[in-house]
This record gives sequence, C-alpha cells and structure tokens, in this order.
Amino acid sequence: MKHLLSCDGLSRDAATAVLDTADSLKQALLGREIRKLPTLRGRTVITMFYENSTRTRVSFEIAGKWMSADVVNVSSSGSSVSKGESLRDTALTLAAAGADCVIVRHPASGAAHRLAGWLSHTHTSVVNAGDGTHEHPTQALLDAATLRERLGGLDGRRVAIVGDVLHSRVARSNVHLLTTLGAEVVLVAPPTLLPTGVSGWPVTVSHELDAELSAVDAVMMLRVQAERMHGGFFPSAREYSIAYGLSEARMRLLPDHAVVLHPGPMLRGMEIASVVADSPRAAITDQVRNGVHVRMAVLYHLLAGEEEVA
Amino acid sequence: MPRTRGAADPGGRRELLSAGDVARTVARMAHQVIEKTTLGGTDAAPVVLIGIPTRGAPLAKRLAARIAEFSGVDVPTGVLDVTLYRDDLRRHPNRPLEPTSLPDGGIEDKLVILVDDVLYSGRTVRAALDALRDHGRPRAVQLAVLVDRGHRELPIRADYVGKNVPTARSEGIEVLLEELDGRDAVELVG
Repeated sequence: MKHLLSCDGLSRDAATAVLDTADSLKQALLGREIRKLPTLRGRTVITMFYENSTRTRVSFEIAGKWMSADVVNVSSSGSSVSKGESLRDTALTLAAAGADCVIVRHPASGAAHRLAGWLSHTHTSVVNAGDGTHEHPTQALLDAATLRERLGGLDGRRVAIVGDVLHSRVARSNVHLLTTLGAEVVLVAPPTLLPTGVSGWPVTVSHELDAELSAVDAVMMLRVQAERMHGGFFPSAREYSIAYGLSEARMRLLPDHAVVLHPGPMLRGMEIASVVADSPRAAITDQVRNGVHVRMAVLYHLLAGEEEVA
Repeated sequence: MPRTRGAADPGGRRELLSAGDVARTVARMAHQVIEKTTLGGTDAAPVVLIGIPTRGAPLAKRLAARIAEFSGVDVPTGVLDVTLYRDDLRRHPNRPLEPTSLPDGGIEDKLVILVDDVLYSGRTVRAALDALRDHGRPRAVQLAVLVDRGHRELPIRADYVGKNVPTARSEGIEVLLEELDGRDAVELVG
C-alpha cells in the first residue's frame, strides 16, 4: 500500500490488516507509561489541511508522534497557499523537502487523488484526511475499529447511517468499508439529503428513522454540514431534529447491544440528544481514542514496510 | 510455516535435535535457570520469562513448566512483540504484529529472562531490549535461546544456550514446536 485515498476499492484483507494492526497497537500501548514507539524514527509526516479540523489533525499528529515520526503541520492560512500557490506546487515542495507522507484535507472532492498522481514519481505517500464530499477513509476505519470492538465483528451486522448523507464523505467511506467487511448498511435521510445515484449503492434507503431502529446493531449519526449547504435542504433545524435527531425516546427503540456513533463535532440537541451522546451506548469518545491507533496503523502500513518503487 | 533464519538452498535438511532432544534441552536449561538465578532463594530477584514471538513464546511457557516441576517455583511468563522496535522494517514487507502480554506484576525490578528459539545476528534481542525499556526497568535481563547459530552483528551473547550450532550464512535453522508446527525438532536447512 503506497497511498490511502479512499475506502472504495480497499480490499477486505487490506482493511482487516489495518484494523488488526490498530488492535495490536492499542494493546501494545495499554497501561504503558511511555506511549512512544521508535518504529517511524527518521520519517517525516506532513499534515496539509485546507479545511478547519481539530480532531483529525490532532489524531494524525499524535499518531505520527507516538510512532516517533517527525510531524510538521501546514495549514492553508499562514502558508504559501494564502499567497496563491497551487496545491500541486505546494505538494511538490513538501515532497522535495523530504516528506515521506503527506496527509491532506481539502474542500475539493478528488484532491487527494490528484495529489497522489502528482507525487507518483516520488517516494511520498498520500493519505486522504477528507476531500470535499468524497471520502474520509481513516474515519471509516476508526468507525469500523470501534464497531468491531463493541460488537465483536461486522459480518452480518446492520448499521444505520443517519442524516446528511449527501454532503458526507464519512458516509461514503463507511458505505464502502462496512459493506466490504460484511455489514449491511441502511441510509436514513430526507430525500433532499441523499445523493443522486444512491440506488446503485450496495445499501438500502429509508426516510423513516423510527422504523429502522429496532433492527440495527449500530446507528451512525452524521453531522449536518451547514457549510456545504447552499439552499434549503430541510425546512428548519427543529423539523430536522424531530424527524432525524437521535432523541432519548428513539434510543429506547434500539436493541440493548446497539451502539451509537457520531464522527463529531456533534450538534447536541439537533442531531443527537445530550443524554444519548453521554450514555454508555454512545461510543463517541471510543471513536476518537481508536482514531489514534487506526492512524498509527495506517502510517505503519504506508511507511514502515519495504520501500515501494515509485 | 516454520521460520527459517537465513537463506536456504533448495538442498537437503538435517535434523539437529529430535523431539526427545528438544525436551531434554529445555529441561537442562530449566535446571541452569534455577541454579543461576538462585530461584526461590531469600535474596533472589523475582524472575519472569518473556518469550519473543513466534517460537519464543511457547518455549518460555515450556521452560516455566519445567522450572515449576523441578523447583516448585511458579515463574510468570509473558510475550513481547518486538516488531515495532526492529531496525530492518524498511528492508522487508510489512509484518503483522503479534500480541504483547506481560505478567500482571510487570517487569519493574524483576530479573527478566528473554526467551527465543534462535540467536543469530542479535538484532531481534536488541529490539527486545529497546522494547523492554519502554515497559519498565528490570533489575537485570538475561537471554535464553534454544539454538545459537552464530554470525552475531552486535555484541550480544546468551546466558542459557540449548545447543550451539556453527552454521554458514547460507544455511537456515528451523525450529519446529508442537504448539505451532505439530512436532518438535530443530533442523538445518540448505
């Protein structure tokens, strides 16, 4: 594996290898005073974020540092990007400066793929940390790690992905990965927040959250991405919340073992009630914790093994 | 697949230790551990046996069982995966990580005996020493290996050696254990 750009096309074996490595890393670091491994000593990892992010950037940064890589953060403001430099030139500059891995978040779908193409003649790996409304593969991997941990496995499990599927790269990555790992996915959203072509996806679609809850093993709530909405996708936040918010009453419809996930940041009271988000069945902080181990595993698979000939 | 240390020609294989020899060798090593660590003595440091995956882990358990049989002292065992500490990660395809499990009391102030099947370049042992340092500060660390085949690349030697086998670099040593391979044997390949 040279790059991690999407979950589409990620094989079951490759995904399982990353998840198993994440498990091993979590276990290896458990209870240790020194949470630092020398594995990636001398490797340079650059995070290049063209969109605001706290948890993803911090998670990658901690993951890199716990593996002893040198981690450098570049953001669009305060760098040559704000002077008008193109993504391509910035990436080539970073690769020439010695980056072994560039982790990129970009508002344009497909940016990570373009970047990997431009860097194909270099040894630099690219990790997609979210590109527009396309994919966010490490988020899907950490969701899968959390579900595996809570449910024991994903084969035959039913997962509802609820909310703004249209704008959600998390939903897209999860549809690919969860189905690859043997789970059944049901997308629950208003018709206005479903992408065209969803009928060709390997999922079932529903507009009624209440009707789905009793039969699922996990509910993955999505963030309503107001920054990507340029029009009226639903009448009001209150109406959205009534139809698609995970309230306490809705939580009671879930089977006892069912898990609640949210990629964050949460809009409490709209997407998810505080009492649900703070309940023991919510695995939201587990997701963040597992995110570090999953990203360590991704960096291990990209950077630790035999150097691939570009 | 059994592990081969070093390249092997497609040529023959020769049995160096039979199943009976392996059992006797482990028993002898157990006696040596008891003697050298004054196990059970009033001023002796508590001993823990830490196996290096893959074959060091069952060997550590076997050694502990023999020690308990001969001395009546139960020695805790653990497993320490050293993959993340190896200095040759960039030279090989990615290897899957093995579980690490240290005994409940940890290794702090203990006499840790690292157990592996074959001692070759010494790099695995160095990685194990680096890994141990991140888990605590043992009072001392010793090394027990079933086979020492020479060709050290680092100044490392074992405290307990089951069998010294002078080898050529082109030869390989395969340690087969009942727990993983269905039979006990040590074979020279190539």
